[in-house]
Amino acid sequence: MMGGRRLSLDWIGAVPFLGYVALFLFLPTAIIVAGAFASEGGPTLVNFANLSRPYIVSAVINSVILSAVTAVGGAVLGAILTYAIATGNPRGTFRRMVTSACGVLAQFGGVILAFAFIAAIGPASAVYVYFSQHHLDYYASGVWLYDLRGLELVYLYFQIPLMVLIFLPAVDGIKPQWREATESLGGGTWTYWRYVAGPLLAPAFLGSTLLLFANSLSAYATAAALINQGGPILPLQISNAITSEVGLHEPGFAKAQAVVLIVIVAIVSVLYAVLQRRTARWLQ
Amino acid sequence: MTASVETTPRAGVEIRLENLQRRYGAVTALNDLSLTLAAGELVALLGPSGCGKTTALRLLAGLEEADGGRVVIGGQDVTGLPANKRDVGMVFQSYSLFPHMVAWENVAFGLQMRKVGPADRKKRAIEMLDLVGLAGFADRYAVQLSGGQQQRVALARALAIRPKVLLLDEPLSALDAKVRSRLRDEIRRVQLEVGITTLFVTHDQEEALAIADRVGVMNAGHIEQLGPPTLVYTRPATPFVAEFVGLTNRLPGTVKRGVVEVRGTELPLVQADAADGPAIALVRPEAVSIASDGDLAAGPLVGTVIAVAFLGATSRVTVDLGDITVLAQMPTSAAAASPAGTRVRLTLRTDPVLIAREETAAVEH
Ligand SMILES: Nc1ncnc2c1ncn2[C@@H]1O[C@H](COP(=O)(O)OP(=O)(O)O)[C@@H](O)[C@H]1O
Ligand SMILES: [Mg+2]
Repeated sequence: MMGGRRLSLDWIGAVPFLGYVALFLFLPTAIIVAGAFASEGGPTLVNFANLSRPYIVSAVINSVILSAVTAVGGAVLGAILTYAIATGNPRGTFRRMVTSACGVLAQFGGVILAFAFIAAIGPASAVYVYFSQHHLDYYASGVWLYDLRGLELVYLYFQIPLMVLIFLPAVDGIKPQWREATESLGGGTWTYWRYVAGPLLAPAFLGSTLLLFANSLSAYATAAALINQGGPILPLQISNAITSEVGLHEPGFAKAQAVVLIVIVAIVSVLYAVLQRRTARWLQ
Repeated sequence: MTASVETTPRAGVEIRLENLQRRYGAVTALNDLSLTLAAGELVALLGPSGCGKTTALRLLAGLEEADGGRVVIGGQDVTGLPANKRDVGMVFQSYSLFPHMVAWENVAFGLQMRKVGPADRKKRAIEMLDLVGLAGFADRYAVQLSGGQQQRVALARALAIRPKVLLLDEPLSALDAKVRSRLRDEIRRVQLEVGITTLFVTHDQEEALAIADRVGVMNAGHIEQLGPPTLVYTRPATPFVAEFVGLTNRLPGTVKRGVVEVRGTELPLVQADAADGPAIALVRPEAVSIASDGDLAAGPLVGTVIAVAFLGATSRVTVDLGDITVLAQMPTSAAAASPAGTRVRLTLRTDPVLIAREETAAVEH
């Protein structure tokens, strides 16, 4: 080069990504946050004050519980399945079948998933009819499929496959030499999990659990299809606030609820980033 | 094992592998392998990929179970003991350091398993890192160390527990050539300093010959020849050994009454009982030289130099004899007289040679 500094053009590659993020993440977020503070008479906090309505408080609590239960349940069950895949033949049919099935099922949601469960185990299904005729009436105390218990079960259906997809690379990264080194140094199975595999996998496991939590928190279509009365979780409340008669009189209220969702996701993201930073020291 | 941290080396113990058998389905990985390592000795197991070296080492470590045979460490039969009760130190080919522990924590891990207190184990870990020349790298993670440094830490970790035997499975294969020879010498220095009985597995003959007290050349699950490097090289016991260790010319000839006639020269045989008939004589490049009498009349050993490889004090000359090319190794001063293109006559030193029959396949190096 002829003298002088060369201008780095590396950043050009990131432009489409940054543009995308600006257009579909920052802009809507800004509109929502601004709208939550707006009213016809100027800036206001009334929309946030309205969040203390009992049905909103309970929707927030239900949403967090639903997300936590399906994140932990999905993470534990998914991790067990991942372990089974990872310890099997890396080119075997079992692994290929499970991973491709997970790729599809992790994206499976909404009306189709809800309908699949209604058809399979709902009160009009052949399965239910068979069981109730054999003194196993699993809806004896109410059709739980259409309330929060039902959502927990149905959500697991996409949470477990998602866990497999995001946790498998970490489990695959565990080298057999580490196990053998542990053994030759005098350790057994317990010490291996306690001091080697456990600490190595814990950050990926917790990080995956947080992603599952966020995934469940923002899921809407499945719940909307399964639950047609009331709004036990926050996404359904937001939908109500946008579409109902009452909601139309307070347009900022739906946005204030959305801000609650955004804040929860932001907290989860920060926790996730902290975990990543801890492991970054020994990964690359 | 005591919890002491004194650094006095303890004398190595004798290791015996007796008639080991191991099969994987239809594959016989070890076929009646027997090997005794004297106390403090370094034996290199050398052989082509798939000949069973790793299997032998893993049976000794207890990471794999034998179908038959015994493993005896220091007089104690350990055949039925699991790896974590055998007191062996292992160094793997690569990526064996625990990535979430820094160097000294890796080295201290085995001491922790042996209930050595935190202060003592850190002290001893630093001593061990010092032994392998890495005292200044105690707080680095594996990703912050070069491949060679990682292997040094792995060596320190294996030795920290004062094992009865040290096992190394191709510890240098993942490194580049320069680091490889330096680390090889380093491993040998540390092994001698500690005095530990050591089994070193490699497919690289140069490495085996350079590091070992004795080399065991393996083929298809058993040891073909066991002996000091010079003997294995100069007096290979079988055609396989001759071809696997060092470079060898395969020269067609005819066996007749205890000698083999190769291109007009009669060479004595190592295998005295060889049957008469066509055979391949295995002739080392060192046994081939360029005649200096200037007689270039057409003959079976007259040809043209096509390449000269400078190896330092010696050079390797490739000569095209028309139907075959022959390697000759000689002092560089002698080779200098015959650059590529020169017509030369070769002479064969009349050392005893091994012969192979036609079907012996060439061995890949
Ligand atoms: N776990 C295993 N399962 C099946 N075959 C194996 C296994 N381990 C080794 N083998 C086979 O045993 C033979 C010897 O292998 P190994 O001891 O690894 O050879 P080397 O270390 O000399 O390359 C090879 O043919 C290999 O394919
Ligand atoms: Mg091997």
